[in-house]
Amino acid sequence: MIAEWLDIGPVDQLPALGARTLPVQGGEEIAIFRTANGQVYALINKCPHKHGPLSQGIVHDTTVTCPLHNWRISLLTGEALGEDKGCVPVIPVKIDGGSILIGRREALQGMA
Amino acid sequence: MSERPHLVVIGNGMAGCRAVEEILARDAGKFRITIFGAEPRVNYNRIMLSPLLAGEKSFEDIVINGHDWYDKNGIELVAGDSVTAIDRVAKTIAAKSGRIESYDKLLIATGSDPFIIPVPGKDLPGVISFRDMDDVGAMLEAANRGGDAVVIGGGLLGLEAAHGLSLRNMKVTVIHLMPTLMERQLDEAAGWLLKDALEGRGQTILTGADTAEIYGEGKVEGIRLKDGREIPASIVVMAVGIRPATALAKEAGLAIGRGIHVDDNMVTSDPDILAVGECVEHDGNVYGLVAPLWDMCRSLADGLVAEPKGYRGSVTSTKLKVAGLDVFSAGDFSGGEGCEDIVLRDATRGVYKRVIVKGDKVVGAVLYGDTADGNWYFDLLKKQEDVSDIRDALIFGQAFAGGGASANPIDAVAALSDDAEICGCNGVSKGQVMACISGGAGSLDAVRSGCKASASCGSCTGLVENLLKLAGHDEERPVKPMCKCTSFTHEDVRKAIVEKELRVIPQVMQALSWSTPDGCSSCRPALNYYLLCAWPESHVDDMQSRFVNERMHANIQKDGTYSVVPRMWGGVTTPDELRAIADACDKYKARMVKVTGGQRLDIFGIKKEDLPAIWADLNAAGMVSGHAYGKALRTVKTCVGSEWCRFGTQDSTGLGIKTEQMTWGSWMPHKFKIAVSGCPRNCAEATIKDFGVICVDSGYELHIGGNGGIHLRGTDLLCKVATEQEALDYCAAFIQLYREEARYLDRTAPWVERVGLEYVKTRIVDDGEGRAELARRFHHAQSFLQKDPWAERAAGSEAHLHQHIAEIRPFAVVGGAA
Repeated sequence: MIAEWLDIGPVDQLPALGARTLPVQGGEEIAIFRTANGQVYALINKCPHKHGPLSQGIVHDTTVTCPLHNWRISLLTGEALGEDKGCVPVIPVKIDGGSILIGRREALQGMA
Repeated sequence: MSERPHLVVIGNGMAGCRAVEEILARDAGKFRITIFGAEPRVNYNRIMLSPLLAGEKSFEDIVINGHDWYDKNGIELVAGDSVTAIDRVAKTIAAKSGRIESYDKLLIATGSDPFIIPVPGKDLPGVISFRDMDDVGAMLEAANRGGDAVVIGGGLLGLEAAHGLSLRNMKVTVIHLMPTLMERQLDEAAGWLLKDALEGRGQTILTGADTAEIYGEGKVEGIRLKDGREIPASIVVMAVGIRPATALAKEAGLAIGRGIHVDDNMVTSDPDILAVGECVEHDGNVYGLVAPLWDMCRSLADGLVAEPKGYRGSVTSTKLKVAGLDVFSAGDFSGGEGCEDIVLRDATRGVYKRVIVKGDKVVGAVLYGDTADGNWYFDLLKKQEDVSDIRDALIFGQAFAGGGASANPIDAVAALSDDAEICGCNGVSKGQVMACISGGAGSLDAVRSGCKASASCGSCTGLVENLLKLAGHDEERPVKPMCKCTSFTHEDVRKAIVEKELRVIPQVMQALSWSTPDGCSSCRPALNYYLLCAWPESHVDDMQSRFVNERMHANIQKDGTYSVVPRMWGGVTTPDELRAIADACDKYKARMVKVTGGQRLDIFGIKKEDLPAIWADLNAAGMVSGHAYGKALRTVKTCVGSEWCRFGTQDSTGLGIKTEQMTWGSWMPHKFKIAVSGCPRNCAEATIKDFGVICVDSGYELHIGGNGGIHLRGTDLLCKVATEQEALDYCAAFIQLYREEARYLDRTAPWVERVGLEYVKTRIVDDGEGRAELARRFHHAQSFLQKDPWAERAAGSEAHLHQHIAEIRPFAVVGGAA
């Protein structure tokens, strides 16, 4: 049986208020974020604006500011906030027993 | 022998006995009851182990049900004999002593086991958990011998153990893996305050610390962290968490998730077996608190002997005193879509409150220092009450917002008596503020200078503003605040950092009443810089508050790759350096090499993962980071000067190299560029640099505030000096003045225009002593900060920043084979 959730390792590998990346062979790289409160979120690692690597942005509250042009993206919905319009796909993620699990189907979506 | 059905309870703890109490309360005659307990004692209150350790209570004080309770209710207590197996077919259980007992209904209340992290040395004598009376006994025994203790785990349990051991005169170090204490109950700000307070009481708290090993010959002698630090200890208390004790249930074939699966009546997958407490999983949730346990026991008893009402899960709140410090949290404080944070920080009283509101309802709250309103917030949360009418005053608590008091903050300040204190720092009453306003102070700044209200920590700024509005002064502050997270200006913040000796970002946010929990992408980098500038010798850089370029020590480009610029002192290079750069370009497949405007080579198209390796190669050839990515000294551009040029008056190349060697590695409010031209023909374009030197026959003209950027600005002449050394001294002093006084992200041009050239001249040219003092502070900071960040990274520091967390290869996953 194919698991619905993929275990990608312990949550303590994620820096608080930071992110790590998860390449998907043949697909879109995923950025896994951790907020100040230890919540974990995942987005495709591409700003909807000019495809900036969101994983390299500054995380504050539940948003990340894109490093290229300062768009603010919601970690919950992937929507650009404020005046900007655009949306990046959200990958479901959960923590179980200290491990990060990400939604397999969504992670592999868009793969050749 | 009774004909009543036999109820056997496995677990003599808080859940097991409470369930029995609830059953007895509904129908005392329904069951014959036998309770098995692994510990050789009666039912006691496990959450009171901390006061027991601290010496505030004795065992008698924490007994919930003594022997008389068992006798009176005809309950047989089998204490000190643990149950080892359940036979569901025969409907019997077997105990360690060999005793077999048959049951009609079985209740599993095995609670949870302490989690022991699997490090070497975990089994050494002297490593204890904090879960039962025996653990407390072992800790007391160790404390009597005195010495050092290490507590692994900065959650509630660990902190209580640490507190108890401190009170028993042990020197305690708490090791916590996460960046802040009690991260599951508290947000970052509250966790930081707690750490600060505990350290003030003599404990050592190490956050972000990962235990590698517990060492010792025959018994514990200390622990070693993954970063190599060693902390000696005669005992190590492991309090990193608990997990449901499900082994027995699993062995018996019951359905298990994270805990034993139960339905709304606490019945497991076997209709004759029930389970309750920390060992169960209900609707996907596992609880480690007492309140849900009471709810579960009620539902269990209702289902078993009365009308089933069904457990629906619990909304939990935590209100506790950690080492005498009041802490409260409830609901979801992680924020999220549509959530609004209302934050109150009162630095003087040591109070932090944060209420999270979503769609006009309270969804979470974190309180530190003053938890009096915790229950009120929890009540609003549970009842899902619409708080839109009281929203403005919600954060001030029930007395202010609830109970009919006015919801309008202006009316609220109007209702305050004249002697009510407005500013706690300076002891200013409402009457004094109003007198100050009627005496002509029509703005916040005027009130601040007139009567000192809100001039210190600023947490009463809102109140003063409302008083101004009340008196008819409803104007915007003329000076813009630093960002939307605060009402303070950049200058206010810098001043407060120095005066109040604020050392870390959360401390600044607390002292200056930040209105957001962790700032924003605008204020965090600024605060990190201001702290670094104020305390160069001790500042610990906050990586997550730096823009990506500075975090990666390379320039991010539009395709997400990076470019790398090694330093070329004064624009001079050698064949060896060029060869090393060429080799690196080949090896890391650079897509372009470009000469920059600052006389260096920029290597484009380097992947994030390859950065440490290319740095190591460039370091090996003697080159260091050019800081081309930083709000920092970038480059010193030169011409060839007197050594080659027929017009050159001085050695501009040599002076450029000296200047760069003095200033490289210094962080600034914005990028900073220097140039040295050998004659007034100015081939190095020194008159559009932040600091420019033009060599003339009689010495050196020093220029400041030039900018070749969006708004082209030629420099102003600062002064002329006679010697190279003077040129260097003035340069150091000017840089330091700019570093200490400009706003973050101001280049020198707008800064000089704002403060005026005359001001800079007064500080640098007219005031010799002041200049020397500025230069001294510059060199002091450089002695700590002039480090090559590439070398540190190439040596493996922060290596994870460059690596992926994992990789997904679809075929391996889908097919199950590599």
